[in-house]
Amino acid sequence: MSELTSTFSVLAQLAALTAGLFLLTAFGMVAMRQVLASLNLFVWQSVFLAASAFLLGIQHASIHLYAVAAITLVTKTVLIPWLLRRTISQEIYARREISQVLNIPSSLLISVALAIFAYFVSTPLLGVSGEPLVKLNLPIGIAGLLLGAYVVMVRREAVPQVIGILSMENGAFFAGVAIAPDLPLIAELAAAFDVLIIALVMGLLTRRIHERVGTTAVGQMASLKEE
Amino acid sequence: MELIYILIIPALAAGLSLIPGKKKFAPAVTLLGTLIILVFSWATAVHTSRGEEMVALRNWVSCDSLAALVLLLVAFVGFTAAIFSWGYIEKIVGPDDPGKIRRYYARYNLFLLSMLAVPILSQVALVWIAIELTTLLSVFLVSFENTPEALEAAWKYVVLTCMGAAFALLGVLILYWGMSISGKGPFTWQGLVDASSSISPVLLKAAFLFILVGFGTKAGLVPLHTWLPDAHSQAPSPVCALLSGVETTTVLYAILRLLPILKGAPSIQVETWFIVFGLLSVGVAAFLLIQVKDYKRLFAFSTVEHMGIILVAAGLGSSAAQYGATFQMVSHALSKSFCFFAAGSTLLAVRSRDISAVRGLIRTSPVAAVALLLGGLAIAGAPPFAVFLSEISILKAGLASGQYLTTGLLAVFIVIAFCGILFPINRMVFGNPGEPSGNRVLGATSVITLVLAAIPILLFGLYIPEPLHELLRLAAVSLGR
Repeated sequence: MSELTSTFSVLAQLAALTAGLFLLTAFGMVAMRQVLASLNLFVWQSVFLAASAFLLGIQHASIHLYAVAAITLVTKTVLIPWLLRRTISQEIYARREISQVLNIPSSLLISVALAIFAYFVSTPLLGVSGEPLVKLNLPIGIAGLLLGAYVVMVRREAVPQVIGILSMENGAFFAGVAIAPDLPLIAELAAAFDVLIIALVMGLLTRRIHERVGTTAVGQMASLKEE
Repeated sequence: MELIYILIIPALAAGLSLIPGKKKFAPAVTLLGTLIILVFSWATAVHTSRGEEMVALRNWVSCDSLAALVLLLVAFVGFTAAIFSWGYIEKIVGPDDPGKIRRYYARYNLFLLSMLAVPILSQVALVWIAIELTTLLSVFLVSFENTPEALEAAWKYVVLTCMGAAFALLGVLILYWGMSISGKGPFTWQGLVDASSSISPVLLKAAFLFILVGFGTKAGLVPLHTWLPDAHSQAPSPVCALLSGVETTTVLYAILRLLPILKGAPSIQVETWFIVFGLLSVGVAAFLLIQVKDYKRLFAFSTVEHMGIILVAAGLGSSAAQYGATFQMVSHALSKSFCFFAAGSTLLAVRSRDISAVRGLIRTSPVAAVALLLGGLAIAGAPPFAVFLSEISILKAGLASGQYLTTGLLAVFIVIAFCGILFPINRMVFGNPGEPSGNRVLGATSVITLVLAAIPILLFGLYIPEPLHELLRLAAVSLGR
């Protein structure tokens, strides 16, 4: 038992737990049938991202990463949900099922394949660094990125697509806190600002589409294409 | 200090544009702002063409020759598009909604700011943010006309390019990782070139592929181009000129910046990637050009084609080909913005985007017809226009370095695209008009823009001034190692 604790410190165990939960929320977004549930999962995913940054902050003894964790918490768990609720509340609270191109079981199967592919992609990169937490965060971050992209592609409605894009960014940052823990703070701040603008712009555009076209099933808009 | 002013002025102009009052205030402020930006960018370009770097804030805000070239292009098209907007936006909005016009100019200035920031910023992470902002700040310009088609185009635009940006973000972070493992240096383009030999090639390759896919989506490389013809045809014409002429160029600039960083690791074969993606884009765009039924879409597909040509030229590798690539960036940006001004004038005259709805334009609206014809010839690469010279120099460089297959394919695709562009334009200009469609006199600002934008594409087709030649040469050198 003592051997176990020496090889797997409490910190690493917590980090592994956080990473596992992060991946679980990414799968959850593929499986969720309702918009509000997807949004809540995104908030949880952001909490795990912040937690991972915090744990890495302890490991590197870096105040910088605590700041990243704080910025993530403020923008992604408070401001973005607030912005989306302000701009498109009726879409978020509409209790209808999200239509999607593929059914949920086959979507989950594809998601598993994507997660395995993410490990496959990141394996050659892991050789360059001995950091245990990089080995944990990089593949799961890439998996989050790919699963978010999958959500955007199969969902036909606007708000789930927005949430998919935001979760892709979460995936990139989940890898980022581990591989680039000392990125200049100004870049972190600007990136957080950027994510806010994504939520604002896409929220407003969704509202305008709803007003003008009468539906937010953006997957069915196909007047522009090659003959 | 010029570089700082270039960033401050559009922000200031955006704020001033929103002030309610005289109807002409917002366009006048924008026009003045873009003129000052053009002068400062000109000064920057002249400075860097002497081989010195322009530095405002070391490792944060600076411009070398390649960056100054892109900066000058953005500033020039930003200026001409501002003149064109003056008459155009007023006509499509109508007199009873001055607020909408003010919002247009505020967004215009912010969009311009984000594009100017891409070459000026030297921190790679900030460049990523600037490129992401070029999308986010232009979404509402694309959807400006508020038709269902424009909204659909804006949605596809923002969704696909933001997905791409997330991939590119991971690529940028992996580059940073490689930097921090290899020891400390500034995370700038130059810093990366200096450190590239000590960064593990595995990381470089992963970063390159993520960034190529991510930014390639935004530059409109096949097969990630599907949003581009929609967004670049549904936006108001002056915005199309910016989107197609220079926004794509700024993104391609970020991709080309990777070239000297990756050349240190031959195992990545960055040239092959460039040639494959580039030829695919040129080829697919050339065949898609043939079936287009909307003349703004025609020019949009031609943008995909030209992005491919530049990428192939950069991938050919020799210094002559790299000169061709930088020259092609210039000639494409100038010609394509002219094409969209011509298309906008045609749209004002006939009120239809359909190629089949426009016949015998030369009789009903001669100025628009001549502009359309010139634009078509210029962008297709007929002599004596700039694109002809740049394409010839690329093909010549390809033959000289012995890459016959690549050069031959490129030449075939360029010829197909040439026909695909000029047949419909010939019918539109000289065809037999069934019924006279519209006989509207073009506004003065449209004519001024057309004349002003035509000067460089004609001039650079005949002769390249010495300072520009020097700037192109230095920019090409900075693409090599």
